[in-house]
Amino acid sequence: MTLTSISAGGEAAPPPAPATDAGGGPQRRGTRLGPSRARGILARLRPSVLLSFGVVAVVLAWSVAPSLFTSYDPAVGVTADFFQPPSATHWFGTDHLGRDVYARVVHGTASSVTSALVAVAIGLLVGGFVGLVAGFLGGLVDVVLARFIDVLLAIPSFLLAVVVVSALGFETINAAIATGVSAVAVFARVMRAEVLRTRSSVFVEAAAVLGANRWQVLTRHVLPNASRSVLQLAVLQFGLSILVIAGLAFLGYGDPPPASDWGLLISVGKDYPLAPWLVYAPAIVTVATVLSVNRISRWLRTTD
Amino acid sequence: MAPHDRLTTLLDKPTAATPPDVPSVLAVDGLTIAYGGTQVVHGVDLAVGRGQSLALIGESGSGKSTIARALLRLLPDGGRAQGRALFEGVDVLALPERRFRPLRGRSIGFVPQDPGASLNPVRTIGAQGLEAAALLDLDSKAERREAVLETLAQVGLDEPRRVAASYPHELSGGMLQRVLIGLAVLPRPALLVADEPTSALDVTIQKRILDLLSDLQADLGNSLLLITHDLAIAAERADSLVVLKDGTVHESGATSEVFAAPSSAYARRLHADVPSLNPDRYADLRDVGERRRHGVDATPARIEVAGLTKTFGRGDDALVAVDDVSFSVPAGTTHALVGESGSGKTTTIRLLVGLETPDSGSVEVAGAAVHQHDRAELREARRHLQLVYQNPFTSLDPLWKVERLVREPLDRYGVGSRAERRDRVREAVASVGLSEELLTRRPAALSGGQRQRVAIARALVLQPDVLVLDEPTSALDVSVQADIVQLLLRLQAERGLTYLFVSHDLALVRQLTHTVSVMRHGKVVESGPVAEVFAAPEHDYTRTLLASVPRGAER
Repeated sequence: MTLTSISAGGEAAPPPAPATDAGGGPQRRGTRLGPSRARGILARLRPSVLLSFGVVAVVLAWSVAPSLFTSYDPAVGVTADFFQPPSATHWFGTDHLGRDVYARVVHGTASSVTSALVAVAIGLLVGGFVGLVAGFLGGLVDVVLARFIDVLLAIPSFLLAVVVVSALGFETINAAIATGVSAVAVFARVMRAEVLRTRSSVFVEAAAVLGANRWQVLTRHVLPNASRSVLQLAVLQFGLSILVIAGLAFLGYGDPPPASDWGLLISVGKDYPLAPWLVYAPAIVTVATVLSVNRISRWLRTTD
Repeated sequence: MAPHDRLTTLLDKPTAATPPDVPSVLAVDGLTIAYGGTQVVHGVDLAVGRGQSLALIGESGSGKSTIARALLRLLPDGGRAQGRALFEGVDVLALPERRFRPLRGRSIGFVPQDPGASLNPVRTIGAQGLEAAALLDLDSKAERREAVLETLAQVGLDEPRRVAASYPHELSGGMLQRVLIGLAVLPRPALLVADEPTSALDVTIQKRILDLLSDLQADLGNSLLLITHDLAIAAERADSLVVLKDGTVHESGATSEVFAAPSSAYARRLHADVPSLNPDRYADLRDVGERRRHGVDATPARIEVAGLTKTFGRGDDALVAVDDVSFSVPAGTTHALVGESGSGKTTTIRLLVGLETPDSGSVEVAGAAVHQHDRAELREARRHLQLVYQNPFTSLDPLWKVERLVREPLDRYGVGSRAERRDRVREAVASVGLSEELLTRRPAALSGGQRQRVAIARALVLQPDVLVLDEPTSALDVSVQADIVQLLLRLQAERGLTYLFVSHDLALVRQLTHTVSVMRHGKVVESGPVAEVFAAPEHDYTRTLLASVPRGAER
């Protein structure tokens, strides 16, 4: 940092890492942070990150307005055109009833994405709350809740999801709830660790000296600082939830046909080994989505 | 300390093997370093003579550590060094990595800045010493172990065997720094690079570590490249000085010349900013408070601390952190609490602002007891009693902007309307000398000095009578420290604030405060007006502390 003048507020900002002990920083002098920071983030967008955002955008668009992307009906097919391989008219081919697989994938997106969002929301809210209470209150509450989290973590999450969905009934929304319940422990664990870390920081103590009560410290300092890594985890968990829900649908724990969840499409397609596109098309879409979400989550972790 | 007589003849001095026609161990010529496209060091020349010491002086960001890293070829990715750096006649910048590696550690030793973070926490000191000993051409493991123990003894560690069997967390910062120095000199390097080796340590430890470096240099005949931001330390320990600013050499030459008669404006300012060299720099501002202490302007006591005691732990583990501490501070003056880490000064101020509850004793601020059982009363007391933390890098919420940070106390106490609060924030920010354009920045976009100003503005915005300052400048550069000290004195002169100033830097205390309590092991060992305590210290410990202040006058 350049300390050219020591008069009124003359110290310049430190340059960005890693050149902490090096000059630089003239471009930041006197400029507002917003534009330069936005430019910095854009410059760091690697092609793979851009591609990932593209994939996720397409998937979200499919789930919001599937009829804009395909003119075929996902449930009704032309029986004469059964088992057609991928072509210009049927991008992902057709199935045993002559239904367009692309249309089925696009129309199944809404259910797959929504149920993943529901799962993440459950994990985030319940797990986040448990972790927050455990970390912030501490003492006996923490001991009890932390052991409870440990027990949950000890159960394989997919198994837990299967048990929960068996108890609730075979429906996609129940599969989503089951996936969310199985993610509670992870969210709680991360939130608790972050809260403990933030709660012991000096600025939190400073807030108390400045007259803040516990509630104000919690909502204004601890929660915003702790939620950063939890939000990154949520993005990661979104990708994982798509996989888990697809797995549950594959095993028949979701809505029955003619629903077209991605996992269900793969499950039905596997019965026709002579038409491999029935498996490949939805599988590739699922894998691309999950990889993209994971890439974005990793990108979020390296930016701030 | 320093049992140098334990040094046996197992290891040779490096001087024997070097060619006599090379005048300097290290000769740097036109060194230019760039990170990415930004050039941070511009054509630096320096030379370290054999057995001589050179100090590289500059504030953070001046490029001094970058130069050290470039010489050791440890620049992070994206850093590029150009120019020539002849070590024993070989250009280390041009060598391929494979041929440089034998030099690093073996011929060029390095002592890092933070001893706490520089040793592997899961391995014993002895095991890490053996790694360094592997650089020696010793055949058997027993010989290497012997060499490690010998070096540990040589750097003044009394029980080398016990230290070798310890893990880093079991040793104090000063001991760890001794270990690191020992590991660095173990292969008998011709050049030792020490990057701010004492900035994380107490003054008394600092003196001992610097003494150790000087003694080793005399014993082993190695050259020393000392990197520091403190001109007094540099002048006391080095034969020649290089003053660096923004990656450019502003002045260089023999210590006696540069120190006695600095020719560049920057070196003169550095000289003026060192508290120990200019004890009366702020005499005018300080006298305002001095007059409040006695005479016609005398003010009543604003802080009264009586018989304060606090014990942590129980039974055998009990530690009396604060033991029967009493002092009083007249309004509008500054009282200093001085002592090393662990002397109880931080616990005392935590008791004072009500962050801890005392076992016995009382604290009164402006006539009101701080320790009531009522939260509301404590909250009300804190309105007149604010704390400025040691490290502005951790005391500000990283997600908040300056305006919200400074406004927080007003929001919490519900002071005034929205517009009034905004005006008071602006007033407070202006009074600490920050410009309004910084209001929209987050702490990460501020320098250390700016952050500490924000912290002070935040403490002042409620218009308290008492500010408790916990080593407010120890994380900052000397020149930034001078700014903050001046700011504090000006605010005191203008507003009649009462300060309780915690520090281990006696030179700073001399410059800034009116009365002082010297603390050791939780007890006040000596107290009184600063001038008297400093002129005629009664307790040995005070004398030790005073002797530890670097004055830059030894050579």
